[in-house]
Amino acid sequence: MNLSRRQMLILLPAAAVAWKSVLAGTPEEAPNYKMSEHWWGMLIDIPKCIGCGNCVRACAAENDVPEGYFRTWVERYHVSDEDMTNPQVISPDGGKQGFPVVEKEDAGKYFFVPKMCNQCADSPCTQVCPVGATFVSPDGVVLVDQSYCLGCAYCVQACPYGCRYIHPEKKVADKCTLCYHRITKGLTTACCESCPTGARQLVDLKDPKDPIHEFLKTHSVQVLKPQMATGAKAFYNGLDGSVR
Amino acid sequence: MNGVEGFMYPNEVGLQWSVLIVLYPFITGLVAGAFILASLERVFRVEAVKPTYRLALLTALSFLLVAPLPLQLHLGHPERSPEMYFTPHSTSAMAMFGYVYLWYLMAVLVLEIWLDYRRDIVLLSQTTKGPVRWIYRLMTLGSSNISERSLHIDERVGWVVTLIGIPSAFLLHGYVGFIFGSIKANPWWSSPLMPVVFIFSAMVSGVAGVMLLYMAITKIRKQLIDMHCVDTIAMYLFYIFIIDFSLEMLDLIHRVYEADESFRSLNFMVHTKLYFSHIVVQIFLGTVTPLILLFVTQVVKLPEIVRKRMYVTAGCLALVGIFAMRWNVVIGGQLFSKSFLGYTTYKMDLVTREGSLVAVALSLLPLLFLWALVKLLPPWPTERNGQAVTGD
Amino acid sequence: MSVFRDAGHLFRFAGLFVLAFLLFLVIRGYVVPRSFGQYGHYRGNAIGDIAAHPVKFAGHQACENCHTDVLDVKKAGKHALVNCEACHGPLSKHAEDPASVTPVKPDTAVLCARCHTASVAKPKGFPQVNPEEHSSGVACGTCHKPHNPAIDAGGAK
Repeated sequence: MNLSRRQMLILLPAAAVAWKSVLAGTPEEAPNYKMSEHWWGMLIDIPKCIGCGNCVRACAAENDVPEGYFRTWVERYHVSDEDMTNPQVISPDGGKQGFPVVEKEDAGKYFFVPKMCNQCADSPCTQVCPVGATFVSPDGVVLVDQSYCLGCAYCVQACPYGCRYIHPEKKVADKCTLCYHRITKGLTTACCESCPTGARQLVDLKDPKDPIHEFLKTHSVQVLKPQMATGAKAFYNGLDGSVR
Repeated sequence: MNGVEGFMYPNEVGLQWSVLIVLYPFITGLVAGAFILASLERVFRVEAVKPTYRLALLTALSFLLVAPLPLQLHLGHPERSPEMYFTPHSTSAMAMFGYVYLWYLMAVLVLEIWLDYRRDIVLLSQTTKGPVRWIYRLMTLGSSNISERSLHIDERVGWVVTLIGIPSAFLLHGYVGFIFGSIKANPWWSSPLMPVVFIFSAMVSGVAGVMLLYMAITKIRKQLIDMHCVDTIAMYLFYIFIIDFSLEMLDLIHRVYEADESFRSLNFMVHTKLYFSHIVVQIFLGTVTPLILLFVTQVVKLPEIVRKRMYVTAGCLALVGIFAMRWNVVIGGQLFSKSFLGYTTYKMDLVTREGSLVAVALSLLPLLFLWALVKLLPPWPTERNGQAVTGD
Repeated sequence: MSVFRDAGHLFRFAGLFVLAFLLFLVIRGYVVPRSFGQYGHYRGNAIGDIAAHPVKFAGHQACENCHTDVLDVKKAGKHALVNCEACHGPLSKHAEDPASVTPVKPDTAVLCARCHTASVAKPKGFPQVNPEEHSSGVACGTCHKPHNPAIDAGGAK
């Protein structure tokens, strides 16, 4: 098609303006924290958990978690016989006020299982976010950009572990951030800080001197739902086969 | 906790996706199905269904215009939805929505309707009196060329648009199936069959919907229903329904046979929480009954009045059944715990933003749009100012 | 050319598309946040935003900087690895400005029970008692000093 001279004079500047606006979306300087030196995870030592609920309360306090929603919670399992497929599980208010006392010497085993975001390296929630509001940070923490999230809840559906929820007031996705605002300052997470038995321990998988990293290399540990191949980084020591 | 049986992860107790998310695939399904019916005539030259061609396109457009509304009402931040256009995440099926929707709306449906109606639009822009005239003038895009040559070009281009429209319609609705089918975390949804089942059930609902609308509108206009047309539509409806039913049975048989980790929990759910919506409504009322009715009309010679009644019954039941299918997928997929140890309940409110009143209103809104479109762009010849203005 | 004359309306339709697309590009350039795409498909500045959240638990190191006497007592006993705020609650405000917030001493009758009430569900090796049987309702702090709970560590009053 032959553009007339007049048409060219109108189209070219318009195209130039458009191109400049496209280029205008370039990023700024990177922040100070050396994300490339860390790869975060968590160790949860089942035999040490006493179900006191300190972690659930501490997390709620540190992160202003709304009532009825949980960035972390504790489940109590009762496996009465060799049948691993039928555990009795309770988590009253996420274990926030601890658990009711079990007095009778019942057959089978009881244990507590703290749960949280597994900070998956191949995170399915990140995969399904339509706009890039949830992401895996360069140091391995799955985070939500709450100023960008649409609140569509697709990520909540995609999480195999049930660790995400839509914040009732902010109307955006929310979940455990591995206390990112603490670990980037050299502190540990609120749940690890308040756990009285050391059942929860932060681990930096890029730090060879991290004693927890050493623990992971010398003990049998598992992740939840390994068949989902999510690259979960919440490692469980002493996890029973009945745990869902 | 109220409504919870057994154990659910604490964050799972409340459902995330409500009846509005059930409505969205139902609506886009009607769009895709109506378009396929239109393409039967345009591309596959099934002359018998020609009386429904324009109606099918207008029906598709009416429903497509309403389709984003349930999604917008569901979002926590609907004002941020343009982000799907500016930064769509290439790994997310949902991110496709913005572009697929826009493509289908503008490059397929609006273009095809415009090309088919252009002659009428130009004539109407010249002959109508009153403010409506400006709408027609706008729609002409300033061109009043309705010469033989230009109309012939329109016809050829329109054929190509319809041809491209068929896979586009499949994409418009198939991606919704993939949104569910690709979620490995949810065994009720995760299946490669999901997009295919969605597409075929969409075709059932769309074809049944246009058939019912044609019969209803023709009756309102006090005209004669073209039975050859309706008989042909019913035949196609029957065959598509068979395929849809087979796919769903295949999924069921596969689940029961493999009986994987999730089976015990899902099976219990279908027999208790989903018994009414799945077994009674979707399978018996919504699939088996209309299939039997349609089968009878295909093999037994029946008088016209009986056939009409059976088509209307089968069509209505089919629509109910396809809605139930969407319900069972979306709501069903959230009633059981991902721990496979418990169930929750869906509490549908009445007057909230995602409540049942809104759902009913959104279901009726497309009919309002269709009424307006039929008035603006009449699908059938009308007498106006003493001369037949629209054709075909 | 006559083809273009008879297809002019199609070019107008296409022209609308092109205009809309250009408009979209312009808007996109202004609306998309500058740091988007810096590290991946997300707003790079979000990382900084999240890292800037206020800290509520000071962390035991902050407590130990000042309360060295308590630390000496604690590290000799069974509660050596129980961090301060596990019992005293979030106290970053106190760590920042000790005068502004005075931490409340927790009530041992309530606090200790949370961990040490006996339950079959708890690990066997963990020290746990039935409060009624153990002390007939007498508060735990009467005999056990929380920082070092051993009876002979000067706990009995």
